Amino acid sequence: MTPKQDQLTGAKRFKTPKTRRDFLGLAAAWSAVVALAMAMLGAMRLPMPSVFPESNSRVKLGTPERYAVGTKQYFPKHRLWLFRDEAGFHAISATCTHLGCIAVRNDDGTFHCPCHGSKFDAIGNVEGGPAPKALVWVQLTVSPEGWLVADTFKEVKQGTVLVV
Amino acid sequence: MADTQVESPKKQEQVGGRGIGDDGALREFGSNLVQTPGRFRDSMIRHGTPTSSRTRSQAIFTNFFLHILPTRTHVHAIKAMTTLGLGVATFVLFLLLCITGILLMVYYKPSVDQAYGSMLDIMHVVPTGRLMRNVHRWSAHAMVFCVILHMARAFYTAAYKGRRQFNWVIGMSLFVMTLALSFTGYLLPWDQLAFWAVTIGANIAQSPQELTDVLGITSWFDVGRMQKELLLGAHHVGQEALIRFYVLHVMVLPIVTSVLIAVHFWRIRKDGGLVRPRSADEVPADHATPPAKSPPGKAVSPVTSAPLKTYGLMGLMHGKTPAVNRELRNTISTWPNVLYVIGAVSMVTVLAMLVLGMFFDAPLREMANPAVPENPAKAPWYFLGLQELVSYSAFMGGVGIPAIVVIGLALVPYLDREKEDTGIWFSGAQGRRVALWSVGFAVVVVVGMLWFTVSVGWLRDWESTAHVPQIVITIFNPGTVFVVVFALWSLFIVKRTNSTRMGAIGLFTCFLVGFAILTYFATVHRGPNWDFFWSESDWPVH
Ligand code: HEM
Ligand code: FES
Repeated sequence: MTPKQDQLTGAKRFKTPKTRRDFLGLAAAWSAVVALAMAMLGAMRLPMPSVFPESNSRVKLGTPERYAVGTKQYFPKHRLWLFRDEAGFHAISATCTHLGCIAVRNDDGTFHCPCHGSKFDAIGNVEGGPAPKALVWVQLTVSPEGWLVADTFKEVKQGTVLVV
Repeated sequence: MADTQVESPKKQEQVGGRGIGDDGALREFGSNLVQTPGRFRDSMIRHGTPTSSRTRSQAIFTNFFLHILPTRTHVHAIKAMTTLGLGVATFVLFLLLCITGILLMVYYKPSVDQAYGSMLDIMHVVPTGRLMRNVHRWSAHAMVFCVILHMARAFYTAAYKGRRQFNWVIGMSLFVMTLALSFTGYLLPWDQLAFWAVTIGANIAQSPQELTDVLGITSWFDVGRMQKELLLGAHHVGQEALIRFYVLHVMVLPIVTSVLIAVHFWRIRKDGGLVRPRSADEVPADHATPPAKSPPGKAVSPVTSAPLKTYGLMGLMHGKTPAVNRELRNTISTWPNVLYVIGAVSMVTVLAMLVLGMFFDAPLREMANPAVPENPAKAPWYFLGLQELVSYSAFMGGVGIPAIVVIGLALVPYLDREKEDTGIWFSGAQGRRVALWSVGFAVVVVVGMLWFTVSVGWLRDWESTAHVPQIVITIFNPGTVFVVVFALWSLFIVKRTNSTRMGAIGLFTCFLVGFAILTYFATVHRGPNWDFFWSESDWPVH
C-alpha cells in the first residue's frame, strides 16, 4: 500500500488493513492510555474540595426583637441586607450576581453595582446592566435559642418572609 | 593539549615501584598544579579557539546549551526584519522572571495574614527587594507584550505554514501559559487590586452558569461552579485561593512553560530553521558555480543550497570534495554571528527592564479588604479588553469570545494552507493592502460600536429590550458582534482575492486592532462604576 503524502508538510500517512496481531497490540496500547487517563483524573480529584473553609455559613444576627418593623440594616461582614416589614423578615445578599462585587443600596431602596453598572430593584430583580440573575434572597430561621440566623449559602425564593 | 601524552622517562624506568627519596611524583604534582587551569579548560571545552569553520561548528554542537542552534545558520534568519528579535526577547524576559521570581520567593509568604506584609518588606526593607520586584513586574508586562508582537510577527511572515503548522499551535499554548502566569501572579501581593481583580476572574470562571441556568441543567452539571471551586478551593478568594495561585505561579506554570519552550525551540530546528522567502535560497549572481538545474524551491544538494533541514556539520564534512570548508550557500557560521545577535537582543531587553525597574515602582494598593470593592477594579492591561466585553455579559465576554479567538487562532494553519509567499511580510503587496483595509474596517467597527454603547446604551437600557430573556443578554455581546462581523469580512476577502491567506490576514488584523482599541478604551476611558470618562482627571472624587 502506498502512503498518502501530505503535499505541504511531507508527512506520510499509512492506511493499511488491521491484522489480528495489530488489533491486540492496539487494544493493549489503548488500555494503557485509558488507565493513565483515569489515573490522571483520579489525581485531579484532589484539588476539588469536599469541605470548604467557609463551611460555617450560618451567621447569627441577634434576637428578632432587636429589629423594629421598618428596619433596613446592612451587615458588611456577611454582605447582607436585613429587612423587617409588616409581613416579616427577609434578607438579601449584596453580592452582585454578575461578577461578585458588592451592590450598593440607593436611598430609594433600589440597588446598583459599582463594578459594571448593574441595577436591581428593591427586591433584587435585574433592572439594567450585565447581571444575569436577581440578587439572592438568603434563608432566615430562628434558632432554638431564639437567635435570628441567616444561612448565606441557602437561597430562598424571592418573596419568602420569616414570620416571628 | 600537546602535553597530554608526554610521560616522564624516569617514570618508565621504575615500573616496579618508586624508590625512597625519589622526587619524580612530587615534580609531576608540581607540574600538574601549574597546568591545571589549562587542563581544566580543555576538559570542559574539548576543541580549540573557534577560529576555523570546524572549531566554530564544534563550539556550537559540543555545547549543551548551544547545540539547540544549528552550526550554520541561513543569513536570512539574523536579518533584523525577519524576527525583530521578539522571540528571543520573550525568552530572555522569561529567564529574567524566573531569576527575579526565585529571589522574591525568598521573602514572600503565601498567607493572607503575611503576604501583604512581606510585600511591604520586599519594597522597604529587603536589600534590592524593590528593584527585584519592579523588574519582575515590568518583565511580566513586557513578556505579554512581546509574546503578542512575536505572534503577530510569526503570523504576518506566514511562519505558520507547511512544516511549521504544529509549532504555531505550541506557540498558542505558550501564549495562554504566559497569560495564566501573569494572572496567577496578580493575586500574590494581596492588595485591593489583587483581591478584586481575582474575585472578578474567579466569577468569570463561574459564568458558564449563565448558560447552564438557561438550559436548566445547573443543578446536576455545574461546570461554572466546578471551575470556580477548582481555582479558589473555596467560595471566596481567601487563603485556599492564595495557596493555589502560589503553587500554580511558582511551580506548575513555569515548569509547563519551560517544557513547551523547549519543544518550541526544538521544533524550529526540525522544521528547517526560521521561515525564509524562497528568494532567500536563490544563489547570488556573483557566485562561481552555476546552480544545478532543478525545480525551484527544492534543495539541490546539501552543499549548493541551504538544506531543508539543518543538519549542521554533516553538510560541511562531506568527504574531500572541493566543497569542504567552502561556506554553504547563503549560510553563515552560527558562532559568532548568531550569538552576537542573540546577545545584543538579550542585553537590550535586560537593560530596558533594569531602567524601568529603577525609575518606576510596581504599584501596591492598600491591603485586600473583602468588604470594600476597589472601584474600578481594573485587571492588568492585557485583560482590560476582555473586561470591557465582560461588562456587557460575563459568559460571552469572559469565556466564549476568548475561547473562540484562541481556538480560531490555533486553527489558522490548518485552514490556510496556501504555500506561496511564506517568509515575506504580509506575503507581499496585496497582503499589505488587505491588512491596511482591515485596520480601517476594524477601527470603524470597534470605535463605532463603543461610541454606540456609550452614547445610546445596550439592551437593558432601552424600553423595548429591557426585559429580553437572559440568554439574549448572555449571547448578544458587542464582542459577539465583532466576532461575527470580522468573520464575515474575512470570508468576503477570501472570495474577493481568491486566497485563504488574504482572508487570514484580514481576520488576524481585525482581531489585533479590536484588541488594541478595547484595551486602550478600558484603560483610559473607563472609571468608577465602569462609566465612560474622557480622562482620569474627570473621575469623581470619593
Ligand atoms: C513563551 C513564549 C514564547 C517564546 C519564549 C518564544 C520563542 C521563540 C523564539 C526564540 C523563536 C525564534 C524566532 C524569533 O526569535 O522570533 C520562535 C519562533 C516561532 N514562534 Fe515563538 N515563542 C513564544 C510564543 C509563541 C507564540 C505565542 C506563537 C504563536 C502563536 C509562536 C509561534 C512561533 C513560530 C510559528 C515560530 C517560527 C517562526 C519562523 O519559523 O520564522 N511563539 N519563538
Ligand atoms: S460585578 Fe456587579 S455589575 Fe459586574
